Amino acid sequence: MGTKVNLISGRTIVQGQNLDNKLSEEYFNEVATCELNKADMERLGVAADGHVKVKTSFGEVVVKAKEKGGTPEGIIFIPMGPWANALVSGNTHGAGMPQYKGIDAEIEKTEEEMLHVKDLMKTYMK
Amino acid sequence: MVEITDVVCSLCGCVCDDIVVEVEDNKVTKVKKGACSVGKSKLMGHGRIESPAIRDNGTLKNCSYDDAIKKAAEILAAARRPLLYGWSSTVCEADKVGVELAEEIGAVIDNTASVCHGPSVLAIQDVGLPSCTLGQVKNRADLVIYWGANPAAAHANHMKRYSYISKGYWTEEGKKNKKLVVVDVRRTATAKMADVFLQIEQGKDYLVFSALRAMLLGYEDVVPEEVGGISKKDLLETVRMMKEAKFGMIFFGMGATHTRGRHNNVVNAIQTTRAAHTHTKFSIMPMRGHYNVAGINQVCTWETGFPFAVDLSRGYAWYNPGETSSTDLLVRRECDAALFIATDPGAHFPGESIRHLSKIPVIQIDPFPNPTTEFADVVIPCAISGVEAEGNVYRMDNIPIRLRKLVDTEYMADEEIMKGILEEVRAIKEKEGE
Amino acid sequence: MVEGELLIRNGVVYDPINGVNGEKKDISIRDGKVVEEVTNPKVIDAEGRVVMPGGVDIHSHIAGGKVNAGRLFRPEDGRKGRETKTKVCRAQSGYSVPNTFATGYRYAKMGYTFVMEAAMPPLAARHTHEEMVDIPILDNAAMPLIDNNWMTMEYVKSGDTDLLAAYIAWMIKATKGYGVKVVNPGGTEAWAWAKNCDINDAVPYFDVTPAEIVKGLAEATEKFEMPHSIHVHGNMLGHPGNFETTLATYDLVKGIKPYRNRPTMHATHTQFHSYGGTSWRDFESKAGAIADYVNKNEHLSIDLGSIILGDTTTMTADGPMEYSLYQITGRKWTNHDVELETGSGITPFLYSGKSPVNTIQWAIGQELALLVKDPWKLALTTDHPNAGPFIGYPIIISMLMSKRRRDESAEDMHKVIFDRAEYSSIDREYDLNEIAIITRGMAAKTLGLHEHGKGHLGVGADGDVAIYDISPEERDAGKIQKAFLNTKYTIKGGEVVVKDGEVVATPAGRTIFVTPECDDKLTEEMMVKLKDKFDHYYSVTFNNYPVQDAYLPNPYEIKAPWRS
Repeated sequence: MGTKVNLISGRTIVQGQNLDNKLSEEYFNEVATCELNKADMERLGVAADGHVKVKTSFGEVVVKAKEKGGTPEGIIFIPMGPWANALVSGNTHGAGMPQYKGIDAEIEKTEEEMLHVKDLMKTYMK
Repeated sequence: MVEITDVVCSLCGCVCDDIVVEVEDNKVTKVKKGACSVGKSKLMGHGRIESPAIRDNGTLKNCSYDDAIKKAAEILAAARRPLLYGWSSTVCEADKVGVELAEEIGAVIDNTASVCHGPSVLAIQDVGLPSCTLGQVKNRADLVIYWGANPAAAHANHMKRYSYISKGYWTEEGKKNKKLVVVDVRRTATAKMADVFLQIEQGKDYLVFSALRAMLLGYEDVVPEEVGGISKKDLLETVRMMKEAKFGMIFFGMGATHTRGRHNNVVNAIQTTRAAHTHTKFSIMPMRGHYNVAGINQVCTWETGFPFAVDLSRGYAWYNPGETSSTDLLVRRECDAALFIATDPGAHFPGESIRHLSKIPVIQIDPFPNPTTEFADVVIPCAISGVEAEGNVYRMDNIPIRLRKLVDTEYMADEEIMKGILEEVRAIKEKEGE
Repeated sequence: MVEGELLIRNGVVYDPINGVNGEKKDISIRDGKVVEEVTNPKVIDAEGRVVMPGGVDIHSHIAGGKVNAGRLFRPEDGRKGRETKTKVCRAQSGYSVPNTFATGYRYAKMGYTFVMEAAMPPLAARHTHEEMVDIPILDNAAMPLIDNNWMTMEYVKSGDTDLLAAYIAWMIKATKGYGVKVVNPGGTEAWAWAKNCDINDAVPYFDVTPAEIVKGLAEATEKFEMPHSIHVHGNMLGHPGNFETTLATYDLVKGIKPYRNRPTMHATHTQFHSYGGTSWRDFESKAGAIADYVNKNEHLSIDLGSIILGDTTTMTADGPMEYSLYQITGRKWTNHDVELETGSGITPFLYSGKSPVNTIQWAIGQELALLVKDPWKLALTTDHPNAGPFIGYPIIISMLMSKRRRDESAEDMHKVIFDRAEYSSIDREYDLNEIAIITRGMAAKTLGLHEHGKGHLGVGADGDVAIYDISPEERDAGKIQKAFLNTKYTIKGGEVVVKDGEVVATPAGRTIFVTPECDDKLTEEMMVKLKDKFDHYYSVTFNNYPVQDAYLPNPYEIKAPWRS
């Protein structure tokens, strides 16, 4: 079992720079990541760029861990994009809006490989 | 080499219009001034979809524009519950054809507000929106509050051109004349600049708004010692700053709309603004993401009466977000075909929605390959609005600005493509009628 | 405009601009224009029905930022008036804030072919034009707001009327506008600091008064051969006791000589400015005092802003007024202040016959029409949608034509109508010629559009005709109302657009705009100050500001030379 965390997603500057360039390495390197507080990194025993698996009731992805000051303990941040959204529910609670922020998630260290965007998309086509 | 001034950026809702670029050999070779790094990246360009294509046996095969447009029209004309989605990163001229097509085929037409500020629209429909243009903020605001918004990452020129750092008539010295309050869960780059940073607990926006509002209305006594991770002392200090400001401004982002409470957070934000307005001038504005998401909301409203999630299957506009919004339609597996223009659901929709999209015919109109291209059945590349095509867009404060064309292109503009599809659909329907 | 010939035979024609008062007369149209005679026309037999020129609305809010903000925040209004798309018509929605398509269709069904959008924020002018292009059938124009502008106030303060003229010329050209609109002069700028101004208060930081602004703008406007005078929504709209401010506003331009035989001020939605009393408790009608002034003076025209009972969406550039209204009702409120220029507010409102205040407001609008003796001085409006939606015009027409209907209606209103208004003591009834004046002739003349083919049926006029399904003898108020809501025929530019109350064709309308021609030297001098505003205070660049030609696919230009 992984550690329980609260997942939020959102924009970053490099994600914005690569909005028109989503099949690039640069986008992959920026968006298939997970920002964590230092203490949480240590607790998970994961080093910078180490892989973590994030799981919610709606899906799971493997992303790269990144230490980020200013992130509170127990909060993880994945830039908006295919990896974050693999974890988001389609339930809008009647408001039309999926909950992209504040999702109950579990996180754990993993040796599994990350999926590139094309491979990630393929998982939906099964 | 030609220098072009007053270039209008077609990236985010800031729609900066004082950019200077150099064009050589029909290419933008340099962005000299005005644009942020994100806008610059957009203007300089990226790898394109090279040709229209139709998926055949799992792989995209290049074809002519005519064939792709015909195929798209066939898919849409045959669909019983088509969805036409996107419209925020293109010009109003294309959006208008989109609404007409939606009427023609009885589609649901929805735009990216559905997954950005849709809840803000619901809130505005509940309580209204006391707001102003961005120049008003630049010239007058002495207190700026960013709530659940991180312009340093998402609207990089916003503070410089319009708010905290900008200089105006009563704010000649820029930020020396102003105070900045940031409310966020994370200590973002924006938060680091703030005079007061309220680092709230995730999902507690509604509570913190309620506390501020109660204090502004004179009910300080009902507020407990700590709300949403913020001490009463800090809340009181914020309220004091709000009351003492001559012109206060709240900008809110998806920190408010994407989280628990959704539109209720925004209703509370607007009511907090109204409460502050009983003391001094106070306004509020959503930080719109795409450069023309405000524009498709405008076009859709004046043409159908409603800003997003408009279902035209009855022949008149039926508007009921939560029922007629894209995510709900896809999760219910109701759509049997979808057209995406100037948007990328593959990257920005919940996985559950994408799962259904991979099973139905999908048409993509976009200048760039992206995750959606991976499952699209018809791919139609287009000119880049604001670089290769001109047209009208609405800034986040609903000020209309005309995008300029900087270079020539062989690619068709969104408006032409949409007109082509509409004509083909009409031809098919006429044939069927016979 | 369509090519070909059309003959409207056997109608009873009311064409007051040409002195035609209920004559049986044929109307010939060729290639969209009225001509002496036609040779091989398509014939419409009007069979003794009432025939009038296409209606001209002098003041209505149909397009632009605040209209659309009204639609956006009132889905409950959008859900009224929904009609499915047809082979000819787009889908329709809305009652007080109809979508653009419904706006065109519904006006055309009432026999109107021209509507003036009454308030265009210059910075958002492109928006107004985008919507006007999407309003089918109607020709239209829009008046830019030029009164709370910093440039205006600075020139008024320094007394440079010629430079002010150069500025308004540039502004009207840049916005592809029609004339100078004034809305709560000075008060809307004050609203940017949550304050307001009465006519002689100093505007915060600018050290000018609303009175000086109005006078300065009237003088500057008359430097050109402008088809229309300044168009004024004065200070203190909607406040009890405001009639004194109103009369003082009228007096400001008394000595100014217009370039031609027309008023120097059009005072709009006069109903909202004709209030007595000191509070809502002793609120009373001052329509008599206002009408008296209008009767005694020639420098002024008005329109009614008459109330239609029911729910509507109020919207105006008068930001502080909308805030006051929202504080009374507690309903939703939208505000949108526009840098260096203007502002706006929007809030829903219910006019109820059970409310004493609403009853008196309702009476005032009609009293004005009945007490102003010369119908050439007033136009029928509801300040759509502020006093009610434009589709209520036929109700007002039937009221003005029938004392009996007014008496019956008064019985259903709050009893204050008998004590604090003159309403029930007025016996006057309008005839069809007077109705034709207040719904087309006066508006066309006051806007100067009669010289451009609008509001009459003389040779050379636009082939815009309304045929109403009543005989001139009809006195039944209900039948009159019905006939004016849905024409037998509406013809626009020689093309039948409405037949038997149904829209049958939706040609695109034209956008009419004025080009004031200003001396280059003056313009150059003014430009130094203006460019400084763009360099330092506007959030849009000087070069991106003017409305591009692409926004007027069907333009019609009226030149306004500098008066020598």
